[in-house]
Amino acid sequence: MMSKRVEHLREQSVNTKPYISTERAELLTDFYQSGVADAVSTPVARALAFRYLLENKTICINEGELIVGERGRAPKATPTYPELCCHTLEDLEVLDSRERTPFLVSEEVKRIYCEKVIPFWKGKTMRERVFAAMSEEWTNAFDSGVFTEFMEQRSPGHAVLDGKIYHKGFLDFKKEIKHKLNNLDYFTDPSAYRKEQELKAMNIAMDALIIFAERHAKKARELAEVETNPQRKIELEKIADACSHVPACPPRNFWEALQMYWFIHLGIVTELNVWDSFSPGRLDQHLYPFYKKDLEEGKLTKDFAKELLECFWIKFNNQPAPPKVDITEEQSATYQDFALINVGGLKENGADGVNELSYLILDVLEKMRLIQPSVCIQLSNKNLDRFLKRALEVVKVGFGQPSIFNTDVIIQEFLRAGKSMKDARDGGPSGCVTISAFGKESCTLTGYCNWPKILELTLNDGVDPQTGKRIGLQTGNPSNFTSFNELMAAYKKQLQYFVDIKIRGNNIIERLYADYMPAPFMSLLFDDCIEKAKDYHDGGPRYNSTYIQGVGIGTLTDSLSAVKYHVFDTKKLTMEELLDVLKNNFEAGEKIRKMLLNETPKYGNDDDYVDIIAQLVFDAYFDVLDGRPNTKEGEYRINLLPTTVHIYFGQVTGATPDGRKTGEPLSEGISPSQGADQNGPTAVIKSAAKIDHAKTGGTLLNQKFMPQLLADETGIDKLSHLVRTYFKLGGHHLQFNVVDAETLRKAQKNPEKFRDLIVRVAGYSDYFVDIGKELQDEIIARTEHRSF
Amino acid sequence: MWWKERCIACRDCQKVCIKGAISFLDDYLLLNQLKCDLCRACVDACHSQALKLVGKKMTVTQVIKKIEKDMIFYDQSGGGVTFSGGEPLMQPHFLHSLLKACRELGIHTAIDTSGFANSEVLLKISKHVDLILYDLKVINDEKHVKFTGVSNKPILENLKKLSGYRRKIIVRFALIPSVNDDEKDIQELGAFVSSLKSVKELSILPYHKAGVEKFKRLMKPKNSLFIGSLPSDEKLSEIERKLKNFGLKIQTGG
Repeated sequence: MMSKRVEHLREQSVNTKPYISTERAELLTDFYQSGVADAVSTPVARALAFRYLLENKTICINEGELIVGERGRAPKATPTYPELCCHTLEDLEVLDSRERTPFLVSEEVKRIYCEKVIPFWKGKTMRERVFAAMSEEWTNAFDSGVFTEFMEQRSPGHAVLDGKIYHKGFLDFKKEIKHKLNNLDYFTDPSAYRKEQELKAMNIAMDALIIFAERHAKKARELAEVETNPQRKIELEKIADACSHVPACPPRNFWEALQMYWFIHLGIVTELNVWDSFSPGRLDQHLYPFYKKDLEEGKLTKDFAKELLECFWIKFNNQPAPPKVDITEEQSATYQDFALINVGGLKENGADGVNELSYLILDVLEKMRLIQPSVCIQLSNKNLDRFLKRALEVVKVGFGQPSIFNTDVIIQEFLRAGKSMKDARDGGPSGCVTISAFGKESCTLTGYCNWPKILELTLNDGVDPQTGKRIGLQTGNPSNFTSFNELMAAYKKQLQYFVDIKIRGNNIIERLYADYMPAPFMSLLFDDCIEKAKDYHDGGPRYNSTYIQGVGIGTLTDSLSAVKYHVFDTKKLTMEELLDVLKNNFEAGEKIRKMLLNETPKYGNDDDYVDIIAQLVFDAYFDVLDGRPNTKEGEYRINLLPTTVHIYFGQVTGATPDGRKTGEPLSEGISPSQGADQNGPTAVIKSAAKIDHAKTGGTLLNQKFMPQLLADETGIDKLSHLVRTYFKLGGHHLQFNVVDAETLRKAQKNPEKFRDLIVRVAGYSDYFVDIGKELQDEIIARTEHRSF
Repeated sequence: MWWKERCIACRDCQKVCIKGAISFLDDYLLLNQLKCDLCRACVDACHSQALKLVGKKMTVTQVIKKIEKDMIFYDQSGGGVTFSGGEPLMQPHFLHSLLKACRELGIHTAIDTSGFANSEVLLKISKHVDLILYDLKVINDEKHVKFTGVSNKPILENLKKLSGYRRKIIVRFALIPSVNDDEKDIQELGAFVSSLKSVKELSILPYHKAGVEKFKRLMKPKNSLFIGSLPSDEKLSEIERKLKNFGLKIQTGG
């Protein structure tokens, strides 16, 4: 049973529609207009701006809640970040009226934007700087949909915290910084001044959060004074006490530990609009010592711990991802801000990490049924089946959570990338898929790469048939290719060309963020930024990985397989005939389309003929990217995931040789193309495991099951075997959707009746009625595996 | 088999059929099964996958290769391979070779049989198989003849013999309302099965109508067998309870 309090708070969170609040934009404008920023260094200016925001923003304590603090002035009030992307009036109109992920925009908001925000920020935003700095080749490829750009509206983030904040308060951090400042060597260290400014900025940023917490304490005391309900009065006094204690000092109990994290979370998402919000990481590990101690001392009951966690859950759900527009919206059309809570996995010493809290968190997840925060289990061979089965029971409830990650393979991935064993065991998946060393890594996803589009360009000698413009290399007319290898060689050249363009762009964008948009608050939380006196955006963290996410392995593999099989092997088609039907989007070529669709060996069926091609395209991507240096003394890694970009990429990609028509979605993650897998989930798993997951930072395999399949224990057993087998084979990550197509169709017709129907989209869960018709259709079409 | 909803009525199948077995009535394909010699020319011509030849010829090696692909799943789950049909005992030599090959690979095997087979063949096969799924339709022979066309005497005899040899057996009972679900049917079934030494488990397979669509695809006239309605949940649990009273482990479905 959910308590009345939680029920009420949850209702409020679910039913309040997201709306734009100008508070942050106005305060930031006031600060920068004041001229204070002009007199100091950039990091210090950013820290002072941060402090100004936290000194002046509205303090909100919702009725009945136990964990306090909102990013906006109330639940679902969503701030904007004009220093990154200043929305135009047209943007605001679109946000207000669009069908998918709308944000209410009042006339007052528009007026303030018109009179104050836009006039000040126009020409000064990161978005404008980024686009202005890109080459013509970059712009052409971006416009054609060869790749997307994450940093044009939001800043680098994807950050997950480790356990340091649970035993170190900000006063402890301040001591470290003071020591660092005192020992700067201005005689021989040429960057001493730069370091000094960064450390000073961190110091100011910490003061800012302590002030913010103290303001909450004050507000709670005021509320307590007038509170008539004696129980609530005590709660408010406890809240006040907690807010005066954390984050200055380390938390003393379970309740304060949650409040400590939450203040830090709010600090991060107020400082900048970071990608993938911010995440506490392995909450069961971090909180367990508090939980155990409080229980032992009789200060906490299991039920109250659960209620606190439930209140904590609602805080995440109150903060929709800030509004995105244009292509950034297309690639990530969701309110979900990708905060992830990890349970299970291994302890630092390599022992089974599952504890009582791991189960309690799964209970909370099952009961709360909210799109945020997401939960994943990190499953090791050392974790008991009981843990996996409990997770699958929650999956059965039908909203695609928790997702399941293979901790043993992830540790291999970390070690391969040069991380220490300790950091590897402490880390895990973050955001929706990609792994990072928690509290020590800047793991930056910079954009999606449209693999099938690169094949389309290869088949057209570098010309984009959608625009008639030559944007790629001239790799020759494919009609003259005499073998499949020639086609592969041409594809690889085009791939290399576009990856080079993207990396060149990234190298510039990384420097723009380092120079203009330092994040002193986020920096101080990541080892070794204080030690190096270097910003998160400038290579301060111990590890700095950059990703370009590969998309469409299913579509690309099947397309190459179709060319190999029909043109080169069986010779049922000539290349001319194929190119001709593709050019005309199969008009008058339906028979050929059916042949390509139905008679091509396709990925997802455990058929080596085609799975070898999947390995080839995977290796091609790995070879052009992995290990290349970024500008932060880190390296590029690869990962394969789509969020919602496979829809957008599909829209900009013409007909493909696998029988897919112009505009139709690409395959998502490493899942087979929609409907291509016809031999059941075991064959899908075998195919998907043939690529070398340990060479990635993450992959996503989606499987959809009908709820009745999991109705009894036998079903759960079978599914657990499927998971364990995939992981034995080296798979990185599995997620399940458990709904039937009929329910989905009904929901599509009567969205109002299915408001709370949550489906797993791609690396995250979302409200089915919010995801737009195309994505809905796709989820319905995804193969339903009726039996094992 | 022919899928109406996949057919784009291009009539390529008709064009390639040298026997003239295919004709169209509006959008409906008509197959003259007397003329058709299963040459599969029409299937190859159909890119829409609307026509399909059911079953294909494979060698023992080919089948084993396919089975081997899933060995990692058997390792994990303790599962294995089940030979069903039709009736697997229709191809005893082939089945024998497959079972032997599986045993060499350490793969758990099962056969799903109607038991309507030569005793010697069945006993020989049973030596090489780990589990026998044995179908019993109804104990009353008159009913058996009426609904299946044959007597169940050899079936019951075979089952007794297998049980005598202590083979591991699960009896499977397809429950069809108003065919084999009256009180007498259930009591006779329970009594017979519980009298067998090596049978401890009985699966109830509730009648379903998946076959109706299949019959359509096979272009066969609506079969008189599709008579029953689906058993209700109450009826199902009542029968479960009654059979449990015979000391049997009962599983529904599967």
